[in-house]
Amino acid sequence: MKKYFVATVDEIPPGHRKIISIAGRSIGIFNINGEFFAIRNRCPHGGAPLCEGELSGFVHSPVPGEYTYTRKGEIIRCPWHQWEFDVKTGQSWFDPVKTRVRSYDAKVEQGCAIAESTGTKLEEGPHVAETFHVSLDKDYVVLEM
Amino acid sequence: MPIVNTKSIEDKRKTGIRFIDCDIHNEVPSNEVLKQYLPTRWKNYMDMVGLRGYHGFVQNIPYPKGNPGGTRADAWLPNGQIPGSDLKFMQEQLLDPLNMEIGILNCLYRVGEQLNDEYGAALARAVNDWQMAEWLDKEPRLRASIVIPYENADLAVEEINRRASHPGFVQVLFMPRTREPMGRRKYWKIFEAAENHGLPIAIHFGGLGGNAITSSGFPSFYIEDHTDMAQAFQCQVISMVCEGVFERFSNLQTVMLEGGFAWVPSLMWRLDKHWKRLREEVPFLKRKPSEYIRGHMRFTTQPIEEPPVQDYLLQVIDHLGSDDMLMFATDYPHWDYDAPDHTFRGKFPETLKQKIFYENARSLYRFPEKE
Repeated sequence: MKKYFVATVDEIPPGHRKIISIAGRSIGIFNINGEFFAIRNRCPHGGAPLCEGELSGFVHSPVPGEYTYTRKGEIIRCPWHQWEFDVKTGQSWFDPVKTRVRSYDAKVEQGCAIAESTGTKLEEGPHVAETFHVSLDKDYVVLEM
Repeated sequence: MPIVNTKSIEDKRKTGIRFIDCDIHNEVPSNEVLKQYLPTRWKNYMDMVGLRGYHGFVQNIPYPKGNPGGTRADAWLPNGQIPGSDLKFMQEQLLDPLNMEIGILNCLYRVGEQLNDEYGAALARAVNDWQMAEWLDKEPRLRASIVIPYENADLAVEEINRRASHPGFVQVLFMPRTREPMGRRKYWKIFEAAENHGLPIAIHFGGLGGNAITSSGFPSFYIEDHTDMAQAFQCQVISMVCEGVFERFSNLQTVMLEGGFAWVPSLMWRLDKHWKRLREEVPFLKRKPSEYIRGHMRFTTQPIEEPPVQDYLLQVIDHLGSDDMLMFATDYPHWDYDAPDHTFRGKFPETLKQKIFYENARSLYRFPEKE
């Protein structure tokens, strides 16, 4: 696995991103509350430049009329078809097989847990954006692939 | 450790798919641009009155304001101009990277919905002149639809006759939410003119008309509106068949743009069944309704139905009873864009794919065969 210096830490403040090219691949580096994450700039659903999408959160509604808004700034919305992906794990949350409410909450927790432990692990499934390991080396953001 | 470059979008590749794009949208960038093509009378009218439609959204449209124009977020121009409004940007984002052979522009400027017929006709003339000057005469890969004030057949026919000789115009454009079902005779002069010039009638998703989008009123949500539009298309298919449009205009072809196609087989089955029992009411129909549909209607693929099992799409095409009815479209720069290399993936038969991507449109529009 090769390491690449992709940015200085102060180049990507919290809530911001930087899109870079490495070995024919376009990759977005995101700073979410001081933690760095990297995902492939290609939506696995339709091929869009995913990392140019808007960062938002999850709207959750247990029953009609009740709404909660969570994980603000951690979910990227594809610029074409508006699919939502967890920047931390690459997991899509509109995958039709995973939209059942019961497994939805569990998956969010699982995704977070995985992201916190390694920041790299992909979940199985047809709609998962490719993620890359990102770490800090002094003042530099380092990507491994 | 290597230092990486920081160039943004790359990752682009040629698709290798030979295709004709039957639905691209060019957008009038501003009123100021359109005014260059309007006579003084209508320039003044634009400033004094402007658009007046049949619906309750005169100053707005019922689509999410978070996504103005319903566009791809990456298709906005760097200067903030609306997606689809600049040829150079479209060449760089769509035509060149996809190596597109031919693309057909469908300008959705709200010409046909105007209450003031004469203003609608003036807008149609201006939009078509603008399409010629800014798009067709500058980019040989592009073709366009003639926009018309379709609620006034006399004025619409004038505009068709005025523009039909330009080789860049390949069809005549309607929106599906017309004032009356399209098979009715108030529209027949338009069909006659289109048939005389060998131009198909295209009907594109959208528009506001004066009726609710469903036969039971206005829905609450955009997701409903977006899905309900298929109902508008179904009404037009049924109406044009049952009114005998294709008996009267036996060389007329129609193209349903962006209305979906998975519903077509069941509609044909139902209509055929009813026709067997009720044909005395419509004795001018000499053939089964499904035969008029197969012979005179084409459907574009985008936004393609995405069934849980890809093979279901093949079953639908099988049920259509024809490989000639579907034509590929991207709908660039709109948000539900279909990329050619992400459509019909997996074990889709190559010959069928080639018909949908290329041959069906080439044959309908009589584009010359290229090597």
